[in-house]
Amino acid sequence: MVTTSQSANLASTTFAAMSARRVLIFGGIALVAGGMLFGDIFAVFVLHQNGGQTGEALLAASRAAAVGNALAVKDSFQHIGGLLEDHGTKVDAHGHMIGAGYLALMLALLQPYVALPQTKKRLLAWWFVAEGLLLPIGIFLIHYVGLAYSPSSVIGWASVLADSAGAILIAVLAVEAWALWKHFRSGSGDTEPALPRDRRWESRILLSGGTLLVLLGFLYGAYYAAIDLYEHEARETRILKSMVENAISRQGGETTGVADYGSLAAERAVKIAAHAHIIEFGLLAILLSFIQPYVQLRELWKRRWVVVLLAGSVILPAFVPLELKMGLLAGGIADAGGLMVIVALLAMLTGVLRYSGSLDAAAGASE
Amino acid sequence: MNTAQKVLVFGGLTLATFGMLYGLYYALFVEHQTLDRMGSSLASAFVHAAEGHLPEAENAVESYASTKYDYVRQVDVHSHWIGLGMLLILMGAIFDHVAFSLRVRVSIAAALLAGALVFPLGVLFQTLSHGAFFASAAAVLGSTLVTIALAAVVWGLAVKNSETV
Repeated sequence: MVTTSQSANLASTTFAAMSARRVLIFGGIALVAGGMLFGDIFAVFVLHQNGGQTGEALLAASRAAAVGNALAVKDSFQHIGGLLEDHGTKVDAHGHMIGAGYLALMLALLQPYVALPQTKKRLLAWWFVAEGLLLPIGIFLIHYVGLAYSPSSVIGWASVLADSAGAILIAVLAVEAWALWKHFRSGSGDTEPALPRDRRWESRILLSGGTLLVLLGFLYGAYYAAIDLYEHEARETRILKSMVENAISRQGGETTGVADYGSLAAERAVKIAAHAHIIEFGLLAILLSFIQPYVQLRELWKRRWVVVLLAGSVILPAFVPLELKMGLLAGGIADAGGLMVIVALLAMLTGVLRYSGSLDAAAGASE
Repeated sequence: MNTAQKVLVFGGLTLATFGMLYGLYYALFVEHQTLDRMGSSLASAFVHAAEGHLPEAENAVESYASTKYDYVRQVDVHSHWIGLGMLLILMGAIFDHVAFSLRVRVSIAAALLAGALVFPLGVLFQTLSHGAFFASAAAVLGSTLVTIALAAVVWGLAVKNSETV
């Protein structure tokens, strides 16, 4: 069993200034926190408004169809296309930023087994974090830049930025995988000390709680795929068909059709969000269990932030589906859950910053 | 790193890289065209309705539904392969905290890897032939394998935790 002082010593040797691991841990947490913050801002200020505007545009399209105005139908759908692109690119920017952050944290765990010189490891780490930032920025800009000055009729410059960043991320991952393979083939020792094996309360709770959250997310996803997925697809086709039939027969009912379509879209969105978020938070908790030795906070506060993070990880996915029944109240509680995760994450980042600051100061004093 | 961890880490990195390559290919060559097709099918359904042509309008709705069926699954394949790849890498890192013999851990790792590969592959096959039994069976088999293996990991972690406490 590693004692607390041994664990602290080992932690300091595995967290050298400007090492690849430090870049990946800081960059990874910052990307995850940035992506989550963006998601929370999007949920509060854009998501519902965008959904309302899409519903209005669909209503305008079906009313135009009912009076035989094909030109107005086309205009409405052009507007809907823009709104959906706005929504989709923001969701993707949120998801890709968090995903890149998770991968950065995972690469930090694997650094002892990467058979490369420290300078190359550091370079790869910087490339990964920089491209992990540029990829979501490119995705975010797709809606605003469009096809301006683009030589292609379908792909704009923002897409080029996002795709290039994605390609570089893949290249970095491929080099890391190749270096791992080289390390295991050669059978030589680790290239740097492995992360300290921390078995304290906060690490164990994050590890077990995170794995349990991932399992719950899987079970919920399986339930969704078995019970809801095909029913939702069939219902969408039914609603759209009844909307065009009503328009042709001039029977009215456009508002009901659009309301049904909106309810279906909301039901689908909240269920998928619950599935994705519970797994995401589970992965985050497992990852954070590894960096606890680097979080320089009082023991009590470390435990408090772990509890806040896990509580938020349960509250958000539990209350997102309840938005259908409880409306904005559940939405507000879910957003508060997301904020709890972000605040806990930033608190841990602060702890890691304090740790690295004290480590660098001690190193400076001994020189 | 023991054999189980190597299976998980290499399998995870390979899956994550593969999922990203698939996503890059999809974004460059398929996604924009698919979204255009979806949008134009739905718009033409309402344009046909405005012109009073019911069969054409219904055909356009069917075409929209079919394109969306593919789109949802193709995006799911990309995100699930990367997500499962990350999960495998993480499981590789925590596998020495799981209280089972190495042989059992290797079996769990193999089940996780096989499930993580087969589940999105089954979903991808669903787009080749809508409603094909073998595709859905592969997706169900893969997701069941991953879920059972993950439940075993949770159990192993709980046992190890109780030993530590």
